[in-house]
Amino acid sequence: MTRRSIALATAAGFAAILAGVTSAPRAPRAQQAASPLPVHQAPSSKDGGVVVMLCDGKTSMEVKGLKTGESMSHAQAIEVTRELMAQWQREHPNEKWEMAQAGQPSPPLPASPAASAANAKAYGAKPPSKGMQQGDTYASFTDRDYKVWKNETDNFVAEGKQLFHDGAALGGTIGVSCDMCHPDASNTHPETYPKYQVQLQKVALLRDMIDWCIENPVKGKALDPNDPKLRALEAYILAQRKGVPLDYGKH
Amino acid sequence: MAARHKSVETKYMEDRDAALRGLRGLDRRTFLKVLAASAGAVMAKSLMPPHTFQLVEVANAAPDKAASAAGLAGQPPFTFAYISDTHLYPRTLNQRFVRGAVKAVEDVNALDPQPDFVLFGGDLAQLGRREELDLGRQILAEVKAPVKMMVGEHDWFYDLGDTWQEMFGPPNYSFDWKDVHVVVLMSVHEKDFWTARKMTPAERMHTVAGLDNGIQSRFEVGDDERKWLSDDLAKVPHTTPLLVFSHSPLYKYYRNWNFWTDDAEQVQAILKPYKHVTVIHGHTHQMLYNQIGNISFYGMLSTAWPWPYAPTGLPPLTVQMNRADPFDQFDGLGDGQVTVRPDGLADKIYNLWDRNPVSVKADYLVSHGKTARPPAPQFASY
Repeated sequence: MTRRSIALATAAGFAAILAGVTSAPRAPRAQQAASPLPVHQAPSSKDGGVVVMLCDGKTSMEVKGLKTGESMSHAQAIEVTRELMAQWQREHPNEKWEMAQAGQPSPPLPASPAASAANAKAYGAKPPSKGMQQGDTYASFTDRDYKVWKNETDNFVAEGKQLFHDGAALGGTIGVSCDMCHPDASNTHPETYPKYQVQLQKVALLRDMIDWCIENPVKGKALDPNDPKLRALEAYILAQRKGVPLDYGKH
Repeated sequence: MAARHKSVETKYMEDRDAALRGLRGLDRRTFLKVLAASAGAVMAKSLMPPHTFQLVEVANAAPDKAASAAGLAGQPPFTFAYISDTHLYPRTLNQRFVRGAVKAVEDVNALDPQPDFVLFGGDLAQLGRREELDLGRQILAEVKAPVKMMVGEHDWFYDLGDTWQEMFGPPNYSFDWKDVHVVVLMSVHEKDFWTARKMTPAERMHTVAGLDNGIQSRFEVGDDERKWLSDDLAKVPHTTPLLVFSHSPLYKYYRNWNFWTDDAEQVQAILKPYKHVTVIHGHTHQMLYNQIGNISFYGMLSTAWPWPYAPTGLPPLTVQMNRADPFDQFDGLGDGQVTVRPDGLADKIYNLWDRNPVSVKADYLVSHGKTARPPAPQFASY
């Protein structure tokens, strides 16, 4: 990746955040490396500056005074993305950014709450039942959004399942993995945390017990609370107890 | 803080110490009353390794009275011990499981009098490798009593039993012991799930070793071995007590973890004509017992790790053992002894390490729970 394209991706990222779009479906990490994202070709610069492009692959602008190889300041990047979005909106006065990104034909912006509801329905959003509020953020999500979220969550849980069954992936050194004592994550009772863990002499969260198990029976190295592996393990364990009432402090 | 919050294990040890202190304080007359009231403790006489159950010392006070009270009429019981599910890796990789196996061997060697034989309940190795099986053979060579071997799926699915059979002989066999006919089964055959998936032997073994790995098939005794069993029993009168060893439970407890034998009903049908049948099985790593018709079932403890009770299917007669304390390597593990009574029924002692042993009576099972109910756990499954 060239410096130019990094800057470009950054700008596009900001644009996406500003517009509040939901993230597109993402393949599991292992597959991401295999299929690179499409690279848009920005037009060449007229003044020798850096050209940045919106992720629609069309809208672009030149950042004055920025030379190839230089980075924008945070404030400058925000300004540039704001300008890019404004330019896109000028060129598409009747469209919503989310629809354009989803590859759907862009409907005209609704003029009334009733039209908004009808519009949302046309794209798969659940029609609000009687007495429900209409036209808010959640009412405008589509079936596709729900599918994307489910995929994302299931992938996260699947990563945790894989780690749960692979002691070596947790740094284990004696051939012991989590599933050996906890098939299907049984007897992990995540619903009982936080609770006073008598053996640790403190109130423990599920992650404290996961780390204890990694350090002791598995003979690996405890994970940082923000480690993606620990987060994935938590996700898998919690997913196995779907429907069990929360009962913190239970012994 | 430390005084108010105690681990499950600490609580146990304190309760046990208190009970034992109380017993020592009794005069002889009261003590005999206690003895008569607790047949369990009496039956345990001289079957306990003294270092794990100190009551042995005092329980010797009235052995003959106890024996006649239990209906033994002075006849010598036939006892055997077991060690099961050691799941050994090579010694260089994992010492933890070696410690468990060695501890069990020390237990059975400390029994006085010695058991008639020691059953090994299967899963000697973790991944079926020669080095693992050979380590297990060396450890079991230290057992003083004769050892009867049974195979488990962890011993089998790397090379489909080649190494195990080379070391220990045929996986299913029978013999007569005193007045009892004893059958050892190979109950962990699986239908071929590996060829179509082009699995290597190591992948096949790894799949079977995963209890919650749904790719594998269900355990079964299989057509050939059921035929062998029928033929073997053809010469055995129906009044002869049967003692059957199988690695998997010969009934259906929880399919997803292969706490299960797919042709269990067909095997039970073969055993049905016999007056008293006791099935002792491994694989489940927990206190577990069941009664189906004329057949009493006892699960064996592991020396490597305990398994939680499955979410469904637990036999209603099973009284759960207390949850294992993960901070104590040996908690929830152990070995055990079985007394086969002259009437053909078998009583079982779960020798839980670092806990009081639990005695489960055949009377409890054959009465379907009406008598001799084992003590309830303080902490059952979540």
